[in-house]
Amino acid sequence: MTALDTAFAASGVLAVVGGLLAVTTRHVVHAALWLVVALLGVAGALLVLGAELVALVLVLVYVGAVVVLVLFALMLTRAPVGPDLAHTVGPWRRLGSGLLGLASAGLLATVLVPLADGTVQRADVGSQQVAGQLFGTWVWPFELLSLLLLAALVGALAVARRPDAGAPSRRRGAS
Amino acid sequence: MIHTLGPVLLASLLVGLGVTGIAGRRNAVLVLVGVELVLSGALVLLVATQAAGADRWAAGSVLPLFVVTIAAAEVVVALAVVLAVFRQRGSIDLDARSDAEPGA
Repeated sequence: MTALDTAFAASGVLAVVGGLLAVTTRHVVHAALWLVVALLGVAGALLVLGAELVALVLVLVYVGAVVVLVLFALMLTRAPVGPDLAHTVGPWRRLGSGLLGLASAGLLATVLVPLADGTVQRADVGSQQVAGQLFGTWVWPFELLSLLLLAALVGALAVARRPDAGAPSRRRGAS
Repeated sequence: MIHTLGPVLLASLLVGLGVTGIAGRRNAVLVLVGVELVLSGALVLLVATQAAGADRWAAGSVLPLFVVTIAAAEVVVALAVVLAVFRQRGSIDLDARSDAEPGA
Protein backbone atom coordinates (compact mmCIF):
# COMPACT_ATOMS: atom_id res chain seq x y z
CA MET A 1 0.00 0.00 0.00
CA THR A 2 1.69 3.17 -1.18
CA ALA A 3 1.27 6.74 0.05
CA LEU A 4 -1.06 7.45 -2.88
CA ASP A 5 -3.28 4.55 -1.87
CA THR A 6 -3.45 5.86 1.70
CA ALA A 7 -4.32 9.37 0.54
CA PHE A 8 -6.98 7.98 -1.79
CA ALA A 9 -8.46 5.86 0.99
CA ALA A 10 -8.62 8.88 3.31
CA SER A 11 -10.45 11.07 0.80
CA GLY A 12 -12.64 8.15 -0.22
CA VAL A 13 -13.71 7.54 3.38
CA LEU A 14 -14.45 11.27 3.71
CA ALA A 15 -16.59 11.15 0.55
CA VAL A 16 -18.50 8.02 1.60
CA VAL A 17 -19.16 9.25 5.15
CA GLY A 18 -20.28 12.65 3.86
CA GLY A 19 -22.54 11.00 1.30
CA LEU A 20 -24.01 8.62 3.87
CA LEU A 21 -24.87 11.49 6.20
CA ALA A 22 -26.20 13.56 3.29
CA VAL A 23 -28.72 10.89 2.35
CA THR A 24 -29.70 9.87 5.90
CA THR A 25 -29.85 13.10 7.93
CA ARG A 26 -33.30 14.47 8.71
CA HIS A 27 -32.22 18.13 8.73
CA VAL A 28 -32.62 19.36 5.16
CA VAL A 29 -29.98 22.08 5.45
CA HIS A 30 -27.54 19.59 6.99
CA ALA A 31 -28.07 17.31 3.97
CA ALA A 32 -26.86 20.05 1.62
CA LEU A 33 -23.89 20.81 3.89
CA TRP A 34 -22.90 17.13 4.16
CA LEU A 35 -23.02 17.05 0.36
CA VAL A 36 -20.26 19.69 0.47
CA VAL A 37 -18.14 17.35 2.63
CA ALA A 38 -18.80 14.43 0.26
CA LEU A 39 -17.88 16.49 -2.81
CA LEU A 40 -14.70 17.75 -1.16
CA GLY A 41 -13.78 14.13 -0.51
CA VAL A 42 -14.44 13.27 -4.16
CA ALA A 43 -12.30 16.25 -5.22
CA GLY A 44 -9.48 14.97 -3.01
CA ALA A 45 -9.78 11.53 -4.60
CA LEU A 46 -9.60 13.07 -8.09
CA LEU A 47 -6.55 15.06 -6.99
CA VAL A 48 -4.84 11.86 -5.87
CA LEU A 49 -5.72 10.25 -9.22
CA GLY A 50 -3.84 13.07 -10.98
CA ALA A 51 -6.73 15.10 -12.44
CA GLU A 52 -6.15 18.39 -10.66
CA LEU A 53 -8.10 20.44 -13.21
CA VAL A 54 -11.20 18.27 -12.81
CA ALA A 55 -10.87 18.44 -9.01
CA LEU A 56 -10.70 22.23 -9.06
CA VAL A 57 -13.66 22.50 -11.45
CA LEU A 58 -15.61 20.11 -9.23
CA VAL A 59 -15.02 22.28 -6.16
CA LEU A 60 -15.76 25.47 -8.11
CA VAL A 61 -18.96 24.34 -9.83
CA TYR A 62 -20.43 21.80 -7.41
CA VAL A 63 -19.50 23.29 -4.05
CA GLY A 64 -19.50 26.88 -5.21
CA ALA A 65 -22.59 26.94 -7.40
CA VAL A 66 -24.74 23.83 -7.17
CA VAL A 67 -24.81 23.53 -3.38
CA VAL A 68 -25.50 27.25 -3.01
CA LEU A 69 -28.35 26.84 -5.50
CA VAL A 70 -29.72 23.88 -3.50
CA LEU A 71 -29.53 25.93 -0.29
CA PHE A 72 -31.37 28.80 -1.98
CA ALA A 73 -34.06 26.40 -3.20
CA LEU A 74 -34.42 24.97 0.32
CA MET A 75 -34.90 28.46 1.71
CA LEU A 76 -37.35 29.46 -1.03
CA THR A 77 -39.45 26.35 -0.35
CA ARG A 78 -39.55 27.25 3.37
CA ALA A 79 -37.44 24.40 4.71
CA PRO A 80 -37.72 24.03 8.47
CA VAL A 81 -34.69 24.78 10.63
CA GLY A 82 -35.03 21.64 12.74
CA PRO A 83 -35.77 18.09 11.59
CA ASP A 84 -38.01 17.93 8.52
CA LEU A 85 -41.13 16.36 10.03
CA ALA A 86 -43.32 17.07 7.00
CA HIS A 87 -41.34 14.76 4.73
CA THR A 88 -40.52 11.82 6.99
CA VAL A 89 -40.64 8.37 5.43
CA GLY A 90 -41.61 5.15 7.11
CA PRO A 91 -39.13 2.48 8.20
CA TRP A 92 -40.09 0.17 5.32
CA ARG A 93 -39.37 2.86 2.75
CA ARG A 94 -36.06 3.59 4.46
CA LEU A 95 -35.13 -0.09 4.50
CA GLY A 96 -36.18 -0.50 0.87
CA SER A 97 -34.16 2.45 -0.33
CA GLY A 98 -31.12 1.23 1.63
CA LEU A 99 -31.46 -2.23 0.08
CA LEU A 100 -31.85 -0.69 -3.38
CA GLY A 101 -28.68 1.35 -2.87
CA LEU A 102 -26.80 -1.69 -1.57
CA ALA A 103 -27.99 -3.71 -4.56
CA SER A 104 -26.83 -1.11 -7.09
CA ALA A 105 -23.49 -0.70 -5.32
CA GLY A 106 -23.05 -4.47 -5.25
CA LEU A 107 -24.00 -4.83 -8.91
CA LEU A 108 -21.53 -2.12 -9.97
CA ALA A 109 -18.80 -3.61 -7.78
CA THR A 110 -19.26 -7.13 -9.14
CA VAL A 111 -19.08 -5.82 -12.71
CA LEU A 112 -16.15 -3.45 -12.19
CA VAL A 113 -13.90 -5.15 -9.62
CA PRO A 114 -12.76 -7.92 -12.01
CA LEU A 115 -11.67 -5.17 -14.43
CA ALA A 116 -9.48 -3.52 -11.77
CA ASP A 117 -6.42 -5.70 -12.03
CA GLY A 118 -3.47 -4.58 -10.00
CA THR A 119 -1.55 -1.38 -9.51
CA VAL A 120 -0.88 1.08 -12.30
CA GLN A 121 1.51 3.95 -12.71
CA ARG A 122 -0.41 7.17 -12.22
CA ALA A 123 -0.77 8.94 -15.57
CA ASP A 124 -0.07 12.63 -15.21
CA VAL A 125 -2.10 14.55 -17.78
CA GLY A 126 -1.15 18.20 -17.49
CA SER A 127 -3.55 21.11 -17.78
CA GLN A 128 -1.80 22.25 -20.96
CA GLN A 129 -2.48 18.90 -22.62
CA VAL A 130 -6.11 18.94 -21.45
CA ALA A 131 -6.57 22.46 -22.82
CA GLY A 132 -5.03 21.49 -26.15
CA GLN A 133 -7.36 18.51 -26.50
CA LEU A 134 -10.39 20.45 -25.25
CA PHE A 135 -10.00 23.16 -27.89
CA GLY A 136 -8.79 20.74 -30.56
CA THR A 137 -10.42 17.32 -30.57
CA TRP A 138 -13.37 18.20 -28.35
CA VAL A 139 -14.13 21.69 -29.62
CA TRP A 140 -17.57 20.91 -31.12
CA PRO A 141 -18.96 19.21 -27.99
CA PHE A 142 -17.52 22.13 -26.04
CA GLU A 143 -19.39 24.67 -28.18
CA LEU A 144 -22.56 22.58 -27.94
CA LEU A 145 -22.22 22.69 -24.16
CA SER A 146 -22.22 26.47 -24.21
CA LEU A 147 -25.49 26.33 -26.17
CA LEU A 148 -26.84 23.86 -23.58
CA LEU A 149 -25.94 26.21 -20.73
CA LEU A 150 -27.66 29.09 -22.51
CA ALA A 151 -30.75 26.98 -23.09
CA ALA A 152 -30.77 25.90 -19.43
CA LEU A 153 -30.47 29.52 -18.29
CA VAL A 154 -33.33 30.73 -20.49
CA GLY A 155 -35.42 27.64 -19.72
CA ALA A 156 -34.98 28.03 -15.96
CA LEU A 157 -36.01 31.68 -16.17
CA ALA A 158 -39.06 30.79 -18.27
CA VAL A 159 -40.14 27.97 -15.96
CA ALA A 160 -39.59 29.76 -12.65
CA ARG A 161 -41.09 33.07 -13.75
CA ARG A 162 -44.28 33.96 -11.92
CA PRO A 163 -46.96 33.18 -14.53
CA ASP A 164 -49.16 36.16 -13.65
CA ALA A 165 -46.31 38.62 -13.25
CA GLY A 166 -46.74 40.44 -16.55
CA ALA A 167 -50.24 39.32 -17.40
CA PRO A 168 -52.38 42.08 -15.80
CA SER A 169 -50.52 44.89 -17.52
CA ARG A 170 -50.71 43.04 -20.83
CA ARG A 171 -54.39 42.50 -20.36
CA ARG A 172 -54.86 46.15 -19.53
CA GLY A 173 -52.92 47.10 -22.62
CA ALA A 174 -55.05 44.82 -24.80
CA SER A 175 -58.42 45.93 -23.52
CA MET B 1 1.76 3.62 -8.12
CA ILE B 2 -1.89 3.30 -7.23
CA HIS B 3 -4.20 0.33 -7.06
CA THR B 4 -7.21 0.54 -9.38
CA LEU B 5 -9.45 -1.22 -6.86
CA GLY B 6 -9.88 1.95 -4.78
CA PRO B 7 -11.52 4.16 -7.43
CA VAL B 8 -13.82 1.33 -8.52
CA LEU B 9 -15.02 0.69 -4.98
CA LEU B 10 -15.45 4.41 -4.28
CA ALA B 11 -17.47 4.88 -7.47
CA SER B 12 -19.82 1.97 -6.71
CA LEU B 13 -20.30 3.14 -3.10
CA LEU B 14 -21.11 6.68 -4.22
CA VAL B 15 -23.61 5.44 -6.81
CA GLY B 16 -25.23 3.20 -4.19
CA LEU B 17 -25.52 6.08 -1.73
CA GLY B 18 -26.98 8.30 -4.46
CA VAL B 19 -29.59 5.68 -5.38
CA THR B 20 -30.48 5.40 -1.69
CA GLY B 21 -30.96 9.17 -1.55
CA ILE B 22 -33.07 9.25 -4.71
CA ALA B 23 -35.34 6.41 -3.57
CA GLY B 24 -35.70 7.40 0.08
CA ARG B 25 -36.43 11.12 0.00
CA ARG B 26 -39.80 12.80 -0.21
CA ASN B 27 -38.42 16.34 -0.37
CA ALA B 28 -37.93 17.16 -4.07
CA VAL B 29 -34.83 19.29 -3.46
CA LEU B 30 -33.08 16.54 -1.52
CA VAL B 31 -33.57 14.09 -4.40
CA LEU B 32 -31.10 16.27 -6.28
CA VAL B 33 -28.50 15.59 -3.56
CA GLY B 34 -28.72 11.92 -4.49
CA VAL B 35 -28.37 12.75 -8.18
CA GLU B 36 -25.20 14.73 -7.44
CA LEU B 37 -23.73 11.74 -5.59
CA VAL B 38 -24.45 9.41 -8.54
CA LEU B 39 -22.79 11.86 -10.93
CA SER B 40 -19.72 12.21 -8.71
CA GLY B 41 -19.41 8.42 -8.76
CA ALA B 42 -19.36 8.60 -12.56
CA LEU B 43 -16.66 11.29 -12.36
CA VAL B 44 -14.44 9.08 -10.20
CA LEU B 45 -14.81 6.22 -12.67
CA LEU B 46 -13.99 8.42 -15.68
CA VAL B 47 -10.88 9.85 -14.03
CA ALA B 48 -9.82 6.35 -12.93
CA THR B 49 -9.68 5.23 -16.58
CA GLN B 50 -7.32 8.10 -17.25
CA ALA B 51 -5.15 7.24 -14.25
CA ALA B 52 -4.95 3.69 -15.56
CA GLY B 53 -3.43 5.13 -18.74
CA ALA B 54 -6.18 3.85 -21.02
CA ASP B 55 -7.42 7.04 -22.63
CA ARG B 56 -6.89 8.89 -25.87
CA TRP B 57 -7.33 12.61 -26.49
CA ALA B 58 -7.22 13.28 -22.72
CA ALA B 59 -10.80 11.95 -22.56
CA GLY B 60 -10.41 11.08 -18.89
CA SER B 61 -10.02 14.78 -18.09
CA VAL B 62 -12.27 16.35 -20.72
CA LEU B 63 -15.36 14.13 -20.29
CA PRO B 64 -15.57 14.82 -16.51
CA LEU B 65 -15.57 18.54 -17.31
CA PHE B 66 -18.50 17.95 -19.67
CA VAL B 67 -20.30 15.89 -17.02
CA VAL B 68 -19.87 18.68 -14.46
CA THR B 69 -21.25 21.24 -16.91
CA ILE B 70 -24.27 19.12 -17.83
CA ALA B 71 -24.92 18.44 -14.13
CA ALA B 72 -24.92 22.16 -13.40
CA ALA B 73 -27.41 22.82 -16.20
CA GLU B 74 -29.59 19.93 -15.02
CA VAL B 75 -29.66 21.20 -11.45
CA VAL B 76 -30.62 24.70 -12.57
CA VAL B 77 -33.59 23.46 -14.62
CA ALA B 78 -34.66 20.97 -11.93
CA LEU B 79 -34.68 23.63 -9.22
CA ALA B 80 -36.68 25.95 -11.45
CA VAL B 81 -39.27 23.20 -11.90
CA VAL B 82 -39.30 22.56 -8.13
CA LEU B 83 -39.88 26.25 -7.43
CA ALA B 84 -42.70 26.43 -9.99
CA VAL B 85 -44.36 23.36 -8.44
CA PHE B 86 -43.98 24.83 -4.96
CA ARG B 87 -45.57 28.07 -6.08
CA GLN B 88 -48.50 26.26 -7.64
CA ARG B 89 -49.16 23.59 -5.00
CA GLY B 90 -47.53 24.97 -1.85
CA SER B 91 -45.64 21.73 -1.24
CA ILE B 92 -42.67 19.87 -2.69
CA ASP B 93 -43.75 16.50 -1.36
CA LEU B 94 -43.06 13.88 -4.02
CA ASP B 95 -45.60 11.47 -2.51
CA ALA B 96 -48.47 13.91 -2.82
CA ARG B 97 -51.12 12.97 -5.36
CA SER B 98 -50.60 14.77 -8.64
CA ASP B 99 -54.33 15.30 -9.16
CA ALA B 100 -54.81 16.90 -5.75
CA GLU B 101 -56.25 20.37 -5.45
CA PRO B 102 -53.63 23.12 -5.80
CA GLY B 103 -52.50 24.11 -2.32
CA ALA B 104 -54.04 21.03 -0.75
